[in-house]
Amino acid sequence: MLDVGDLSDRAVRTALPPLVALRSLSKRYGDLLANDAIDLEITPGEIRALLGENGAGKSTLVKILYGVIEPSAGDIYWEGHRIRIDSPVDARNLGIGMVFQHFSLFDELTVAENVAVALRHMSFEAVRRGLKAVSEGYGLGLDPDHLVRTLSAGERQRIEIVRCLLQNPKLIVLDEPTSVLTPQESERLFQTLEQLADEGKAILYISHKLEEVRRLCRTATILRGGRVVATLDPREKSAGEIAALMVGAEVGDVRREAREVASARVLEVQSLSMPALSSHERALVEVDVGVAAGEIVGIAGVAGNGQGELFAAISGERLSDSPGSVVIAGVPVGLRGIDERRKLGAAFVPEERLGHAAVPGHGLGDNTVLSHHAMGGLVRTGFIAFDRARDLAKRVIGDFDVRTPGPDAQASKLSGGNLQKFVVGREILRNPKVLVVDQPTWGVDAGAAQVIRKALIDLADGGAGVLIVSQDLDELFAIADRIAVIHEGRIGRIRPTAEWTREAIGLEMMGVAADDAH
Amino acid sequence: MTTFEAILFTVVMASTPLLIAAIGELVAERAGVLNLGVEGMMAMGAVSAFVGAFLFQSTWIGIGFGMLAGGLMAALFAVAVLGFAANQVGAGLALTILGLGLSGVIGAPFVGERLPTTPRLEIPYLSDLPILGSALFSQDIFVYLSLLLVAGVAWFLMGTRAGLRLRSVGENHGSAHSLGLPVLKVRFMAVVFGGLCAGLAGAYLSLVYTRFWAPNMTAGRGWIAVALVVFAAWRPGWALVGAYIFGTATVLQLHAQAAQFGLPSQFLSAVPYLATIIALVILSARRGSSGVGAPGSLGQPFVPDR
Repeated sequence: MLDVGDLSDRAVRTALPPLVALRSLSKRYGDLLANDAIDLEITPGEIRALLGENGAGKSTLVKILYGVIEPSAGDIYWEGHRIRIDSPVDARNLGIGMVFQHFSLFDELTVAENVAVALRHMSFEAVRRGLKAVSEGYGLGLDPDHLVRTLSAGERQRIEIVRCLLQNPKLIVLDEPTSVLTPQESERLFQTLEQLADEGKAILYISHKLEEVRRLCRTATILRGGRVVATLDPREKSAGEIAALMVGAEVGDVRREAREVASARVLEVQSLSMPALSSHERALVEVDVGVAAGEIVGIAGVAGNGQGELFAAISGERLSDSPGSVVIAGVPVGLRGIDERRKLGAAFVPEERLGHAAVPGHGLGDNTVLSHHAMGGLVRTGFIAFDRARDLAKRVIGDFDVRTPGPDAQASKLSGGNLQKFVVGREILRNPKVLVVDQPTWGVDAGAAQVIRKALIDLADGGAGVLIVSQDLDELFAIADRIAVIHEGRIGRIRPTAEWTREAIGLEMMGVAADDAH
Repeated sequence: MTTFEAILFTVVMASTPLLIAAIGELVAERAGVLNLGVEGMMAMGAVSAFVGAFLFQSTWIGIGFGMLAGGLMAALFAVAVLGFAANQVGAGLALTILGLGLSGVIGAPFVGERLPTTPRLEIPYLSDLPILGSALFSQDIFVYLSLLLVAGVAWFLMGTRAGLRLRSVGENHGSAHSLGLPVLKVRFMAVVFGGLCAGLAGAYLSLVYTRFWAPNMTAGRGWIAVALVVFAAWRPGWALVGAYIFGTATVLQLHAQAAQFGLPSQFLSAVPYLATIIALVILSARRGSSGVGAPGSLGQPFVPDR
């Protein structure tokens, strides 16, 4: 028997038999091989990264491991025995715990109920006790009786983790766990994970963020196009080398040079206040933001602090009560609808690609009409010119490297990255004077993210003003000229990017004013 | 029995079928399935119960037939919306039309027949209480059953693990599936439970309320039951309150007509429905801010991606 202390020694760790081993695991969907003969071994006490772009097959692999989908071919060995995992219940009985990317939580249930529903062999009382014990043991601070609806993203994720830990798993799988967390919340998660690994649990950490993988993992398996392309120590390789393995080509770091800000404002938001329409929304309080021609302004913030409301107010999906609160190209438009704002040269890309920016069941050609109908000749005497719409879709597909069979493909059939390239490209081809983008690269793979960021920079270089709302600080630091933080519906001071540090932004995102920190 | 006692007695009678049908629909909706076929299931329950009771001269066999018919109709609906992921609104409307039509065909030879009175379940001493005594404690078996049903469903939903799983499935079927809950199985059972209740409510109409059968005798009660679920904010206790409010309105308008207030009878007949609409509007306006609403996955088809 090994004691726990031995587990931290790498030589001993590699000598341990693998907890789980995948051999030539494949999953086929029609013509697409989502997983192609994947081999993977994970030993107890190891934090293993699974890196890859969207569509590389990470989620498919995880779903197979958790019994949600069936592999088409290949074997899974658990502690040396060949097994089948037919359902999540099987997976849990084996000792596989899962923390999902999109939380598998129920908003209208309490924390305790959310945990209890997954644990069929524990009484409610045992769940409550266990929840308290685990929450205290790892410093997670969860109250069993709170409704999940009222909790922050970080708290929600901790529920998932507690739910997972109460099943006493040997392997914990985390799918993109930090996508909705602040840097501070992420760091806290990493500490919990390290503590768990020290206790001998195996952790499979799925991500496309290189920095956090380098912070956390000693071994990374890289997937591309459904295959394992490399297994390496992420600390020994440069970010560029790893990114190249992920996308299959050298990725140039897209970065914007510092530049002088022109004085002419193409978008001006002045003392914009809006009440919250429901308890799920944020009120906007005295928001001031200006975007000059040729500049990119970034709005950072943790999800749910008013970004969606700000986008709605600027785009005209919600009207404000005074004309001057939103000014586009010198025209007060606070009381005017979205089409009139578009006619002034504004373009908008909402956060939600599918359902907001595009109609899932419609072809790409039809989807171009959504934002071009008021101008651009797609509508003639009240009828849609379908041939022109298709031509426009073809141009977007060609110019922005959208990988799809053609302009008739349904929006819902595109991968997240390709659809995002399409909806951003659709707006850019209108040659807007102002582009407002909410989360331009959220959940998008590195390759598509580069295409989109490059396009935004080119647009600004061409003289347009760009406002980016993003939770991805790397993105804002790379391409924004000036950055402000939104917190609880208020926007802090806009400062040139060079004057910000990550720490300062992180603190302001948490609601600690920069001056208090020193 | 004074007039007031008689009114109370009939209020309970008018409210009971609404309550039974609403509780069944509430369970189906809590599992995420919107079944607009309650009216059709009730009609089938009413005719089947009448035929069973008439042929076998037994109320119990009648009840059995009524529930069986409601359950079968619900199973048919479940196969369409769960097995084939058909649109729930469309399938539900079709079920209503089918139930109303089919019940007319089945019941045609029985129009004009009458059943003997259902035995009442007098509760000794309590039924002798003044005013409320006869209304509450000398009713038929259905009334007690309906009250037990409310308590049972409330306890099941909020106090048991199976109830928690049912609520989870209705709240977010994607999450429930990824946790390994059998979404379609839970929904199937919930829908069939709803059908059994609708069948029972229909049986009450033909076996107790009228004791004869006539085409379209459900007279929109199935729709009221669907509305009551919304009124109740998907809570069994509030369904009880709502059913009795509507039942009271129904009975009072009859008495108002008899008292000849000088209002057209058509207007008075419409009062209960108007009351339902007003109650719904007031409730949903007030609820807008509190966030207590429909189950998250209500009405959405679920297709597992295995």
